[in-house]
Amino acid sequence: MVNKEKIREKLKNSSVGIAGLGGLGSNAAVSLARAGIGHLVLVDFDNIEHSNLDRQYYFLDQVGKPKTSAIRENLERINPSVDVMVFNKKLEKGSMSDPFKDVDVIIEALDNAEVKTGFIEEILLGLPGKPVVGASGVAGYGNSDRINTKRMGNLYMVYDEHARSSDEDVLMAPRVTLIANWQANIALEILLGENK
Amino acid sequence: MITVNGKQVEHVENETVAELLKRMKYTFPLVVVKINDKLIPRKDYSETMIPDDSKISVIHMISGG
Repeated sequence: MVNKEKIREKLKNSSVGIAGLGGLGSNAAVSLARAGIGHLVLVDFDNIEHSNLDRQYYFLDQVGKPKTSAIRENLERINPSVDVMVFNKKLEKGSMSDPFKDVDVIIEALDNAEVKTGFIEEILLGLPGKPVVGASGVAGYGNSDRINTKRMGNLYMVYDEHARSSDEDVLMAPRVTLIANWQANIALEILLGENK
Repeated sequence: MITVNGKQVEHVENETVAELLKRMKYTFPLVVVKINDKLIPRKDYSETMIPDDSKISVIHMISGG
């Protein structure tokens, strides 16, 4: 039997940072808020576009708004007890780890491969010991069973090495939210550890 | 011998990360490389030698999110 009270308490006192609030980040944030995470640190610089609604956790009437303020509204409507800190800014080379210094786990939810690689590199070198949950191979549909978790020390990659890049394939809710929730699920596993 | 993504591979004296990636035909433009769980920064791929008996993980970074 798991100790549900202990789990609730542990999550309430935990923090997760999410870099990027697109398909991966917005959905991971919502799941973690539902799970009862105490603190979220969310970073994005984009405004919501109509084309984002095929996979990102926003609504039609939020098109044009910054993702950071829209996600705050949506999380508030789901679980107002989550302390949400947002940074409406672009992560710049050299200071990418700054917003995430104090969180327990970081979720890499960026889109472009170059930026993803740079971010993971900066976090692993700049914040040694900090667990990072990344994702690579999100695009497409089907092939759920090709996705797996590759763990290398503090780096956990939700990975489908055979997926095509989003420049050559569609991004759609089923696969993107699957991977976003996979990342959120790993974050819970890291946070709860032996207190399961 | 070294292990690359779980595969046993011959160790080559003085081989760099860049050379190993080429030998393995890992031609993806963007990868994350760890040797024995230590991250190798991309700028060091041409200088970092692969030690014998090491365990190397290579992740191919694909756009999408």
